[in-house]
Amino acid sequence: MTLSPIHASRVRQDRVAQEDLLLFVNACFACTGQREFYGDGHGQRVSLDFLHRYILGNYRALYAQVLALGVNHMNQALIVKNLLATGRDTPAAHRARENALVTRALHTLPTHRAMHLLEDLAKRGVNNRRTRALTQRYLADARSRDFRAVKYRRSFRRAAVHAHAPFTGELGPFMLRGLKERRFTTPLFESFRQAHFAASAIYDLPFTVAEGLAQKHGVRREVFLERIGPKLTHHERLRLSGAREAAGIAADVDWSRQPLARIASYTLSLSLAERDERKVELAGAFEASAARAIRRTAARFGRVACVLDRSFSSYGSSEKRQRPLAVALAVAQFLRAASDSFLGLWTHPLSPGGELMVTPRGATDLATPILAALRHRPDLLVVVSDGFDNDPQGLAGQVLEAGARLLPRCFMLHLNPVYDSESFAPKALSPAVPTLGLRDAEDVPTLVSIARFAAESGTMAELSRELDARVRAFLDGAS
Amino acid sequence: MSAALTALPGLRAGSPQVMGAFRIVPLLRESAPGDLRIGKEAYDAYGMVRLDGLPEETGLSYMSYVPHGLVIAHTQDGSEATLGASLFRRSGGTSLGRDKPRRVKLHHRMVKARAAEDGSARFRMLPLHLAMEGFLALHFRGPDILWQEYSEQAARRGLDPRHETSVRGTWLAGFEDAVRLFEIHEHQVGVLVFVADALATVFVVSHPDDYRKLHLSLLEDFFGELLYTYALLYPESPRAESRIDPRAVTDLDHLAREMDRVRTDFRHYTELLAQGLFGRPAHTETVRDLGAFTLQRFYPDFDPREECHIGEQILRRDGTVEYMKTFRLSHAQVRRAYLLEKLAAAEWDLDRAMVLLGAASKTELLKRIANAGFGYLLKPHLLRGLPVEPGS
Repeated sequence: MTLSPIHASRVRQDRVAQEDLLLFVNACFACTGQREFYGDGHGQRVSLDFLHRYILGNYRALYAQVLALGVNHMNQALIVKNLLATGRDTPAAHRARENALVTRALHTLPTHRAMHLLEDLAKRGVNNRRTRALTQRYLADARSRDFRAVKYRRSFRRAAVHAHAPFTGELGPFMLRGLKERRFTTPLFESFRQAHFAASAIYDLPFTVAEGLAQKHGVRREVFLERIGPKLTHHERLRLSGAREAAGIAADVDWSRQPLARIASYTLSLSLAERDERKVELAGAFEASAARAIRRTAARFGRVACVLDRSFSSYGSSEKRQRPLAVALAVAQFLRAASDSFLGLWTHPLSPGGELMVTPRGATDLATPILAALRHRPDLLVVVSDGFDNDPQGLAGQVLEAGARLLPRCFMLHLNPVYDSESFAPKALSPAVPTLGLRDAEDVPTLVSIARFAAESGTMAELSRELDARVRAFLDGAS
Repeated sequence: MSAALTALPGLRAGSPQVMGAFRIVPLLRESAPGDLRIGKEAYDAYGMVRLDGLPEETGLSYMSYVPHGLVIAHTQDGSEATLGASLFRRSGGTSLGRDKPRRVKLHHRMVKARAAEDGSARFRMLPLHLAMEGFLALHFRGPDILWQEYSEQAARRGLDPRHETSVRGTWLAGFEDAVRLFEIHEHQVGVLVFVADALATVFVVSHPDDYRKLHLSLLEDFFGELLYTYALLYPESPRAESRIDPRAVTDLDHLAREMDRVRTDFRHYTELLAQGLFGRPAHTETVRDLGAFTLQRFYPDFDPREECHIGEQILRRDGTVEYMKTFRLSHAQVRRAYLLEKLAAAEWDLDRAMVLLGAASKTELLKRIANAGFGYLLKPHLLRGLPVEPGS
């Protein structure tokens, strides 16, 4: 059978599209535009921005669908922004789906991301009917309108004015007259007004707003931290746990609500002595969070071996402090809980304190632990590393390649939490092993399925079907 | 005293880490006895080192920017040496302009004993300057026999003032990044630094903890301008790799053997690159005998066709290197040293030196001396007659 030239070029086109999409998704999982160990922040942003423009210009429909794949929030916001800014290029056939995706994405983003996104649209002068409608709908959401107006007052006002969103009810006086108004009937607005004059009113406000006002009234930090307790979000509770404990208040963190990577980051931020003291609590936190993640993803693996990079470069940067190491630790905890048999091997042997005492240290010798992992004869071998192996350079990729030949039944995967701005992708160890960007441990099941798909070199039609299913699941979650 | 430098017994070269033009090879030692500890003492000032006599008197001085000194604590009986807190006190030497940012710091001697504490003897040394001073002092006294060609200055003051230029580590393009991004091994006690695969410096200390603290001091060291040029000209180090053929691997044990082979290949490559230092005979001069250790400086035969490294080292009695720092001379520096060496060998007789140096005529020899920057040794009327070449 011979392929007609037209068909052959079609196949090639699909292949390129598939690769481009994978490249982009990878970047969107790993890159946050912040400084990394090997790359500076500016380079990361320029590189990522280029990638966004390229995919948006060439594969607009796919670009929008990436929103459904669980890429990181920074990239979701960027995608939404870029789509809204170039609305006139949307083909009529895609318009409905793109609108649905953008709307859904905006509503699932964390509030601060969404509010800043809207403010950003105003700053960039993106003002079209769709953007205005979207902004109006988002800001008018009855359940959280007042809360957002207080907590994000500046962004809210800027976005609302830009989108011609009507200030209904007391929003008008609150936004335009503010403290000059004599009295509000909306409780939150009234608290906000009172809090400027009386310290007792600040405890009804969101933490970030109350914090500044507490300073103004000269409220002592311990008193403030204790009384603001009920108003703290989960993340704030985690962030302030140290300060609250120092003030003699129970930290009261709900660990099962925290993603694994965040618990890992928190653990690594503690000194070794503190980690040792709170070993049981932290282990419990990981367990609770992993159990929740497994319930949600319904992931189950057989024999798993995991090679984890704890070299000095996993320190990350002062912007992403110990991020690569935290992600590696989170993946180890997740896979341990999600597999029948688990073997975790670090590039540098752990201290007797175990995994929780891990620190970024030493050179990157991935080859030795990979060999040890291969001797374990796993079904799934996951390498979590930034891809810079230097002891010696390039050996890890070759060992993986050889391992893939020796153990054909073992599926190998390299997960990389670091985006390499020069190659527009997370740095690969070897072309023979799929390399995917990694954001959090909960993404591992998704990434494993993407990697299996890439390895089996499925056709574009299959990829479209897979994407379609994910988009539908994403949109149905709207309820 | 001429013997080949031993290629660092007791130390093992790890895998090189490449960053731009720089290839940095870690040197590992599995167990450090801990009876010799090295710490840094920061000066960040222009230094004036009195080589003889007291600091306040006039006499022979060595002048250079001296960013830091090293304090070395050692014991004789092999017990743990302690550096103690006094290390980090900014002391030693007298400073001009107290309480102001130091502009000139006076040091007494390159190597100076410090009070012993906690059973550890201590001394302070100015790293690399010790070796450089040795280099500058070669034939410093000038002609032994006053042949008629030599000037009055040569007769009275010898080579004084003798000077050489070098470049700070921070000025080498990309070196800061390479040092910052280098991943220090657990048992690492030293490094070999290559610029575009030319050996730039060897830095070894005795204890891994000390190395971790001194790693960034590489940036404060000085380098020859040759390496400055190399760092600019070669943005990437030549690629060196040793591969495993994945198709030829039969089982996991075979794979393990192949991995060892790759590591060995990298080690051999490093040894090959370091031949210019360790493969050549060197003259050593003992600066201080410390009982269980010896502080030496060394220089090679100056041959303009070969790479030349000068340096200093502390050796244990059994020959283990406990401290080493080297400086690669640039071509012009080697040529100058070579010229002086041959002149000295000819007892400063220009006719004999002409033969030793292979110069075609006396005029050519005079020109070579003048071009090397030693014109002040010759009588002015000899120089006036020399043919002038642009750029010479």
